Amino acid sequence: MFGQRQKREKWFLLAPAMVLLALITLLPLVKTLWLSFTDARITALETTVQYIGFENYRYALTDTEFLDAIGRTLYFTFVSVGLEGFLGVGIALLLNQKFRGCFILRAVIILPWAVPTIVNAVAWRMIYHPEYGALNSMLFQLGFIDNYRSWIGDPATAMNMVILADVWKNFPLIVYVTLAALQTIPGDLLKAAAVEGAGAIKRFRSIVLPWIVGPLLVVMVLRIIEAFRVFDIVYVMTRGGPADSTKTASFYVYQEYFSYLRSGSGASYAVLVAGISAVLILAYYSGARRQNAGTRA
Amino acid sequence: MNRSIQYSIFLYATAIMVALFTLLPLVWIILMSISSPHDLTKTPLDWIPSEFDFSRYGRLVDLDNGSGERFLSALRNSLLTAGGATFIALFVAVPAAYAFSRRNASMALLFAFLATIMMPPITYILPLHDIFSKFGMLNSTTTLIIVYSAMLLPFATWLMKSNIDVLPVEVEHAAFMEGASTLFTLRRVVLPLARPAIAATAMLSFLVAWDEFFYALIFTNDLTAKTLSVAIADFSAGRVTDYGVVAAVGVLATLPPAFLAICFQKFIVSGLVAGSVKG
Repeated sequence: MFGQRQKREKWFLLAPAMVLLALITLLPLVKTLWLSFTDARITALETTVQYIGFENYRYALTDTEFLDAIGRTLYFTFVSVGLEGFLGVGIALLLNQKFRGCFILRAVIILPWAVPTIVNAVAWRMIYHPEYGALNSMLFQLGFIDNYRSWIGDPATAMNMVILADVWKNFPLIVYVTLAALQTIPGDLLKAAAVEGAGAIKRFRSIVLPWIVGPLLVVMVLRIIEAFRVFDIVYVMTRGGPADSTKTASFYVYQEYFSYLRSGSGASYAVLVAGISAVLILAYYSGARRQNAGTRA
Repeated sequence: MNRSIQYSIFLYATAIMVALFTLLPLVWIILMSISSPHDLTKTPLDWIPSEFDFSRYGRLVDLDNGSGERFLSALRNSLLTAGGATFIALFVAVPAAYAFSRRNASMALLFAFLATIMMPPITYILPLHDIFSKFGMLNSTTTLIIVYSAMLLPFATWLMKSNIDVLPVEVEHAAFMEGASTLFTLRRVVLPLARPAIAATAMLSFLVAWDEFFYALIFTNDLTAKTLSVAIADFSAGRVTDYGVVAAVGVLATLPPAFLAICFQKFIVSGLVAGSVKG
């Protein structure tokens, strides 16, 4: 239908986007890659930067503090997203029922998602406050604890408390994605199954779950990619403490860059973190493509 | 279907628990912002303030007040940054989306676009910081607008593409037969039809930019460019004398996104669902 002219035009249409992304993401990525093979430092003085091969990587991969930070980030990521998935599906199943107030509840569920990440972090830090926090006061008044506790000041509980705050903000996304999938299930299918004598649990396992599992997995992988970058909430709530118990990979690289001013070694950590992200991103695309092929068929 | 009594009780009990889980933290932050400092330091708390004290909001919107100046300049910077970046991102995204939708541009390229925003920002931060510092562009709203445009662009392109996909192509064919240029067709034929999609994309982009913290933290350092995210982190850092002020700032920063989310819920939710499930 369209001629040769239009075919060439696509590059003009794409040019501004490609230039912007090349300058702000591709070039910095290449530069970071290059830095990771050098001994560069952030200094005010002019210094010569030496190429040192894989030296930074050799160090990074034996740096137990960094590996611990990666482990912590994976813990944060999978526990957060796992809980969000569990809560999200449960709440979506609830909201898919008809009851008085279900539309209001469906509407207000979006509110935690609308709270800016930093406000969320600040709010929960106040809620967890060791002396004046609402959590301590509530648990005390309900008789669950005898003494106030320092929820994010204690290395044993800090990470899980950060996770709770993150789950509260992010579960709505899973709710809405699941709800959208639930609403496409033909009512007849469920009715027929009920007539055939399939109980609620059987219907959930053999009809509902297979129906929603595709979109659910895709959105959860997307959340995993996002959660793996976690920085903001940790920066505000704990600054990686106490005793490094919430120091995530992004926060670790941030410190290597801006506290210790080691750009070469920081870059090698950044590349390793980006590598893990790249694996997750590829998983997302293959999953999303399969999902779309499935809905089109 | 008939429901048993037990099932109804279970349903409503769960619904109430979900409502409490969702709303209690919000209600508490709002209550904090209007409780007296004395009420907030009681142990255990009385929850309902002895008197409602709205003075913090008054101080925050007063330019002659220290915290008011900090808040208002951050609000201005956030509006400018998020608004400017949303505008540029859409301006660049719409032609790109058209190329993907109607000119057979490779989907692999679109995936590459999207992959750039899925990468952790720490991958880009240091070289960006170096280059902006070299050109004396740190601590400026313009710099943040440029960076945020790149951050919003892939998602905006993607959303616009899937919306242009479902527009009727016949009108564009007719315009082509009449000899209309692509840019003319884009402006006069596609844009009017895509208006709802553009509005939804703009809203989601604005919210993402409004929420951004990491780049703003690294690239700004005073009132001239600090956004609300950074200002709020500042308000809550160090020795806080009155947590109610922090709560009030948080409430005010949440109002615009909460307003958009409630008023345009259908738009936003369908954009979110489409954006996270399709690929």
